[in-house]
Amino acid sequence: MSKEKIQKKNLGQNSQREPQATELTAHTPLLKCRQLTLGYGSKDLVRDLDYDINEGDYLCIVGHNGSGKTTLLKGIAGLLSPKSGSIELCGGLNRNQIGYLPQMTVVQKDFPASVEEIVLSAFQGKHRLLPFYKSAHRERAMECMALTRTESLRKSCFRELSGGQKQRVLLARALCAAERLLLLDEPVTGLDPESTGTMYHVIEDLHQKGMTVVMVTHDVDTALDDATRVMDFNKISIKER
Amino acid sequence: MPIDKLLFYLDFPFVRYAIIVGVLVSLCSSLLGVTLVLKRYSYIGDGLSHVAFGALAIASVLKVTNNMLIILPVTVAVAILLLCTGKSARIKGDAAVAMVSVGALAIGYLLMNIFSTSANISGDVCTTLFGSTSILTLKTEEVYLCVILSAAVLAAFVLFYHKIFAITFDENFARATGVNTTLFNLLIAIIVAVIIVLAMNLVGALLVSALVVFPALSAMRVFKSFFAVTVAAAIISVVCSLVGILVAILAGTPVGSTIVAADIVAFGGFYLLSLVSQNH
Repeated sequence: MSKEKIQKKNLGQNSQREPQATELTAHTPLLKCRQLTLGYGSKDLVRDLDYDINEGDYLCIVGHNGSGKTTLLKGIAGLLSPKSGSIELCGGLNRNQIGYLPQMTVVQKDFPASVEEIVLSAFQGKHRLLPFYKSAHRERAMECMALTRTESLRKSCFRELSGGQKQRVLLARALCAAERLLLLDEPVTGLDPESTGTMYHVIEDLHQKGMTVVMVTHDVDTALDDATRVMDFNKISIKER
Repeated sequence: MPIDKLLFYLDFPFVRYAIIVGVLVSLCSSLLGVTLVLKRYSYIGDGLSHVAFGALAIASVLKVTNNMLIILPVTVAVAILLLCTGKSARIKGDAAVAMVSVGALAIGYLLMNIFSTSANISGDVCTTLFGSTSILTLKTEEVYLCVILSAAVLAAFVLFYHKIFAITFDENFARATGVNTTLFNLLIAIIVAVIIVLAMNLVGALLVSALVVFPALSAMRVFKSFFAVTVAAAIISVVCSLVGILVAILAGTPVGSTIVAADIVAFGGFYLLSLVSQNH
């Protein structure tokens, strides 16, 4: 954690001295994993990983259940501290510019909250104190709900939605939070083919507009269609194109 | 006439104090209750109130003049331990609560017996556990302390309402997107501990959970947004406490259990309401 902070601080100083250095090139790393080992208890799921995620990447992480895909994503999201090695945010990337679509939890399935409340909660990381939402926030939330075709559900209760609708609401929330990096943990689980198509379309569209996307998925075919990079946990080989 | 009798009783300051404290405490406890129930921490109120009981026993053994000076810090410390260690703890959530809860209860009773200062120990213990009369024997300073602490709890809740929602709904998302979840979990733990200590005067250590859990569950039966649930829980809780206190005064029943009985009736009502609204 402290390393991350120091890194951010250094970058802040650099960018003040040379503002032109912030101009983006094709291979500006946003995230650097160095000798990264992640796991629970005595079990290591990710071992000695050296990997950079660059600005503009669309990275798909594929592999069997229990191979460590989600673990790596949690590490990147800052939810799991490395057992050894480091994950550094670079290029001036801040936690509050990251959007995250986690797998749904048991608590959420019967949660009494309206869709709008959930989508708006994405902005909480961007402000230290935010007792009220501004109209700009509400507009952005509406845009994200429109993108995920959930705007008609705005006033609905989350616990009464179908699995696919819930997933799209959580994607809308992730989109609201994502300014530079979007982390997706199996975004199409429980979706019908039509919603799956829309979901991939929305993600690809965002990627075209410059968003860096990291997606954990089982859906290898689609992953290979859209992704610019693939990380395969079955082979622990990293293909680039 | 019950109305005359009520007006007669309302002339006494101790009755007015009881009503003020009752309304404030039930308001605060119901607000946080929604978060605790949804985070699967319903039983934390019970555990913490037993800790507060244990701390009270220590305070009376040490003959501290203002026992709040011991009860509040001890309860806050345990609340932080229980709520903030979370997933990394060796002993998981419910087991930790159960352990702390019975442990504090036993040690508290043991201390009270060994170092007894009054002739009627079982009476004292019963009062602390069921709050049978303590709400009607509040001193002016205790009322002021309660008003100040309640105001602080309400202010914190209103100010951080959206953060509390974000953390309750999805702590991982909040943390991944830059919310300082450690800080806000700490804040929630402190607020919960303060509420529990305050609520002990009202309903006693054994019944505190009811104030936290029932209004939230009643509201969650019927309402569909977090905001509506929170507001409804607050209203249900205040109404039930008022009804409970007034009935207790008029009928001479114990205050704490009468309030909890009112909460149970309200829950039953809302449960039926939810069944009816589902069928339509």
